[in-house]
Amino acid sequence: MPDKKDATNAIGLTRADYRGKRSTLCPGCGHNTISAQIIMALFELSIPPEKVAKFSGIGCSSKSPTYFLGQSFGYNGLHGRMPSLALGAAFADTTMKIIGVSGDGDTASIGLGQFKHLIRRNLPMVYIIENNGVYGLTKGQFSATAERGLELKHQGVNPFLPIDIAKEALIGNASFVARSFAGDSKQVRELLKAAFSHRGTAVLDIISPCVSFNNREDTLHSYQWGRQHQAPLHDISYVPRRKAIMLDEFKEGEMKEVIMHDGSMVILKKLEQDYDPTDKWQALEILEDAEKNNWLVTGLIYVNPEQPSLYDYLDLVDEPMNRIKAEDLRPSPATLEKINQDMY
Amino acid sequence: MIQDNVSGDDLEKGEEMRVNDFCMTVCTVNGSGSATANNTLLRAMFHMGIPVSGKNIFPSNIKGLPTWFSIRASKDGYIGRVAHDDIIVQMNPGTFKTDMDYNVAGGVVFYGDHIQIPIEREDVVVYPMPVKDIIKQAGVPRNLHDYMENMVYVGVVAEILGIGLDYIHNALLFQFRRKPSVAESNFEIVKMSADWAHENLEKRDNYRVEAMEPLKDYIMTDGNTAGALGAIYGGFQFCAWYPITPASSMVESLITFAPRLRKNPETKKNNFAIIQAEDELAAIGMVVGAGWAGLRALSSTSGPGISLMAEYMSMAYYAEVPLVLWDVQRVGPSTGLPTRTAQGDLNLNYFLGHGDTQHIVLIPSSVNECFEFGWKAFDIAEQYQTPVILLSDLDLGMNLWMTKRFDYPNQPINRGKVLWEEDLEKITQEWGRYLDIDGDNIPYRTLMGNTHEKAPYFTRGTGHDEFGNYSENPEVWQKMLDRIKEKIESARDTLPQPVIREFEGAKVGLIAMGSTEPAVIEAQDKLQHLGIQTDFMRVRALPFSEKVRDFINAHERNYVLELNRDGQLHQLLVLEHCDMTDRLTSLSYIDGLPMTAEWIIKSVSEKEHNYHA
Repeated sequence: MPDKKDATNAIGLTRADYRGKRSTLCPGCGHNTISAQIIMALFELSIPPEKVAKFSGIGCSSKSPTYFLGQSFGYNGLHGRMPSLALGAAFADTTMKIIGVSGDGDTASIGLGQFKHLIRRNLPMVYIIENNGVYGLTKGQFSATAERGLELKHQGVNPFLPIDIAKEALIGNASFVARSFAGDSKQVRELLKAAFSHRGTAVLDIISPCVSFNNREDTLHSYQWGRQHQAPLHDISYVPRRKAIMLDEFKEGEMKEVIMHDGSMVILKKLEQDYDPTDKWQALEILEDAEKNNWLVTGLIYVNPEQPSLYDYLDLVDEPMNRIKAEDLRPSPATLEKINQDMY
Repeated sequence: MIQDNVSGDDLEKGEEMRVNDFCMTVCTVNGSGSATANNTLLRAMFHMGIPVSGKNIFPSNIKGLPTWFSIRASKDGYIGRVAHDDIIVQMNPGTFKTDMDYNVAGGVVFYGDHIQIPIEREDVVVYPMPVKDIIKQAGVPRNLHDYMENMVYVGVVAEILGIGLDYIHNALLFQFRRKPSVAESNFEIVKMSADWAHENLEKRDNYRVEAMEPLKDYIMTDGNTAGALGAIYGGFQFCAWYPITPASSMVESLITFAPRLRKNPETKKNNFAIIQAEDELAAIGMVVGAGWAGLRALSSTSGPGISLMAEYMSMAYYAEVPLVLWDVQRVGPSTGLPTRTAQGDLNLNYFLGHGDTQHIVLIPSSVNECFEFGWKAFDIAEQYQTPVILLSDLDLGMNLWMTKRFDYPNQPINRGKVLWEEDLEKITQEWGRYLDIDGDNIPYRTLMGNTHEKAPYFTRGTGHDEFGNYSENPEVWQKMLDRIKEKIESARDTLPQPVIREFEGAKVGLIAMGSTEPAVIEAQDKLQHLGIQTDFMRVRALPFSEKVRDFINAHERNYVLELNRDGQLHQLLVLEHCDMTDRLTSLSYIDGLPMTAEWIIKSVSEKEHNYHA
């Protein structure tokens, strides 16, 4: 893996080719480290930036698509309505890699409906939730993922139980659910690479601390709490397709492999307990346990690489639909004559 | 059958035969399957060459509530609604008495003789029909009784009015195109009933039909089907929608026709996608995404859906995303009357969105025009890189109309200013997504998937400069918004122009839009007989053409006729022609039913009378 700044990837691009504009988020914001890992993941996957399209909703998280992939098309849509925007656009060229960036306000409140319906349709895209439990851009109100008992400067104490985005995704029949922590760059990156190889909606709920409004050491979305309570399910490594056949570095019994739809592989090295991310029941159980025990469970929680995607139902033409010639879009005069006859 | 806000002017009835000139209303119960019978009568008369229209007045209900189907036959070609009934076919005991109030003196009542309610009126001709007996005699299976009972009145009415049974047979074959044997079993009942009427009833009324010149240039269908076909011939590629009355049948037609007409001829794969969204918020989001990425995208909804779509529509206006949106209007505000018609969403649509928004709105008046505007809307949307809203209504969208045959589009598809890789390679000037290179306020756009290094840009609803970069610079903002206004302004004289129907020497103007056209034409002719000469201008697009100003200016008094409470078209005309407000008078009402010529005649004559007095 190239590690120097001027190193090139398999398609001859440097990391700089994947960068975007300078971030205007607060210094230390978890979202910036996620943007950096998106850049790294796509660089390492050697995906050309022009084959990626970026979408977002509204909020701090949703500003971040300008801060990576300056050479990709992007659309910053409306609050909670990035899924619909991305879905419509995706049909124009189904060869594109679609990435959506959302926040806990954007996804778990106004956008809960679109989030769950996107998952249900299983549109191939990477859906990142930069989850900090707080509204940053409007200066510090509770979000729906804020834990009960959280105290904020202007809001007092939160009396409500939180929405668990990963659990919502699982119950909504998501085909790929992961949780990570912005403080764990390597895991974020490896999960992103697996997500880009998934043919379906890949949900990444990433705890991404807000240094301005919700980073007190004893609160669930802070850096310190995350570092102290992170409980990785496994040590995850992504192996691209071309290397997947040469694996010999892991000992049998200590690892679990998941073969993705595109032939790449996710290697999950066992940590404290056995965990099978293809077992939905186990996934639900671990999320329940995590809630009870105050663990920040991270890693690939659930995956079904073969769940049919939205495209599988529609029998679309192979070429990108936005490149179909105008003259091929209009049926012949004879067909209209027949319709006229049929309506007499 | 619903109380009109003005009573019908019970036309003078002489003893002479009324040929091809009456309104017949069939009164049934929702869910009893009467639509097939009613459409059979309608199409049979249409095939006889008689100009007809059919209007279904139905409740927001699936089964059990009263429903009415009015068939108007007019040798003069008037196909607007009339408020009175010459003939009633009564199958519903529940409305037996009240429906009778709409029957004209000298009118006719056909009724199922199982309805044991005394008829108090002595000025109507009454024909009882032994519906149950005929069905029993024919040995119809019990589960089909309800449906077949309707064929009894088809047979009796055909016999008494003189509708040839061969026409009925053909119409049944049309109704049951895929099940000809069902057509035959229905026709058996029709024949038995007609025979019974021939033997047992003596014709005592004055209504009759006679075959006319065949209406060879016409077809019969509804506006929603026509709109869907328009989209197909306009090259639609993406549709996202959410079910709502009265718009659902448009996308359902799309779902029927698109797979037949829009497959790649070689691979047989679809070159379109239709997605039923979770709500209208998502439907419009999908359409904006698709339009942005270069697909010809549309949605179809009604007023409540439009309300939900407001935010994405204002973004599409400002981010300059082409798309097509149909509003098949029903009565609002709020849930309103979902199964009744109105023209109450004009202002909502024109200014849909917050901040300064002004959309291009096309207003078809006929089924044929639903088809024509249906395909043209995509060209306009992509030419001006903006949403185009098509304003239809329940009457136009869901009722069956005779209409001119659909004409094949007379101009090739215009995708507007789009740059692909080879275009960017050739271009020598600097390119920016919102940079006006040609000086016509319309920039060039690139589409997702374009791999040229100059192509990508970032789209946003927030302030952006000519290159799509985020900007809060006051000058940048002002310039951007002014250019978009100029762009929409420049469409005024390229959009469908008003249609004007003139009578020589008229000083009075009638101004209307959409589905009220047939009523206005009829009123215009009849007003002339009353000594009131009028010219009629039908507005077909917003923003208004210059010709609208010319028309107002050329008439001392202009009456603006529309189906809404506040006179919204009048409001817009006043807003844009404030120097001529004294020439504009609003005549509007809303009761949920299609406009009648009688109402127009009464309202305009009153105003004119007052003016001259």
